[in-house]
Amino acid sequence: MYVIIAGGGKVGYYLAQELIGSNHEVLVIERDGNRVDQIHDELRQNVMRGDGCEARTLDTAGVARADIVAAVTGDDEDNLVVCEIARRRGVARTIARINNPKNELLFKRRGIETTISATQAVLAQIEQELPTHEVIPLLQLNSGLEVLEIKLPETSPVAGRSVREVLLPPESLISLVVDPGGVPRIPSGDTRLSAGDALVVVTRNECVELVREALVGSTHGLDT
Amino acid sequence: MNVMIMGCGRVGARIAGILDQTGHSVTVLDIDAGSFRRLPDGFGGKRALGNAIDGPTLERYGIESMDAFMACTQGDNRNYFASMLAREVYGVRRVLCRIYDPIREEIFREMGLETFSPTSIGAQIMVDMLLKPSDAGRI
Repeated sequence: MYVIIAGGGKVGYYLAQELIGSNHEVLVIERDGNRVDQIHDELRQNVMRGDGCEARTLDTAGVARADIVAAVTGDDEDNLVVCEIARRRGVARTIARINNPKNELLFKRRGIETTISATQAVLAQIEQELPTHEVIPLLQLNSGLEVLEIKLPETSPVAGRSVREVLLPPESLISLVVDPGGVPRIPSGDTRLSAGDALVVVTRNECVELVREALVGSTHGLDT
Repeated sequence: MNVMIMGCGRVGARIAGILDQTGHSVTVLDIDAGSFRRLPDGFGGKRALGNAIDGPTLERYGIESMDAFMACTQGDNRNYFASMLAREVYGVRRVLCRIYDPIREEIFREMGLETFSPTSIGAQIMVDMLLKPSDAGRI
């Protein structure tokens, strides 16, 4: 495979090393001449000085025959532009590093589906550690859907009810119920929910708060 | 018209002044408070301090109620990013974007963005001044 990597910082450099180690053809494009000199000893002909945001640089790099273009600079706006130009040049698969998780939506709107955010990954880990967080985002699906894990607290309005009785927003469903003993079940309409159950729920991005209200109830009631 | 201008450099400040004088409601956004000194005396619009390539900042200054957004910072990619945020995420109808690099400008224009490249337009005017002095001299 031929992979073009825009950005020769730590992410780009280690990514290139790994790919070269697996015998892929790799070219790192880096703007800063000093950085190019630093990584040139190791990467040799696999690094090129230039601005990956410039169409001309990407053309020189042979973007038209690249299988993947990965934009991994520290600037989200540069990463977006690299991916946009690569796609205009016919690259089927573009991958973008996102630094500000709030920017993910724009990348998705522009059709750049594969985005990686270290900030988001660390945040998700921290949120999983917090016992007070009943709603944990697990996964973003491409179609505007999101997978959540929801732990039912003692005060949950649905504790003791069957799945059939739970009112969820449209296009939302409880796809898995894990009881406090860690046993997973695919729920039917008759499955009874209890406090302490962990539910895996699929819903639309814009309905997460409604799902939280339905399954967790008001979390602010305890603060009085 | 409600207009948000990103970047209070010479061009941004000038556009802001003209629109303000002609009765439009103008918000100028810049990351450097010192840049607002470029605005003309008596400027009646809003000076907004913050980074326009951040959704929450745009929301804080009312991006959703803007009729137009103009990106005029020095950075082509920043301008493109903010323009796309305004158009795709916040639904602003008119989005104008300055792009210095003519090649990138062409690509962004093909993607349906209203772009303006001072590089190509300026170069053309100067060539015209040289070769057709009688026409261009009157600009």
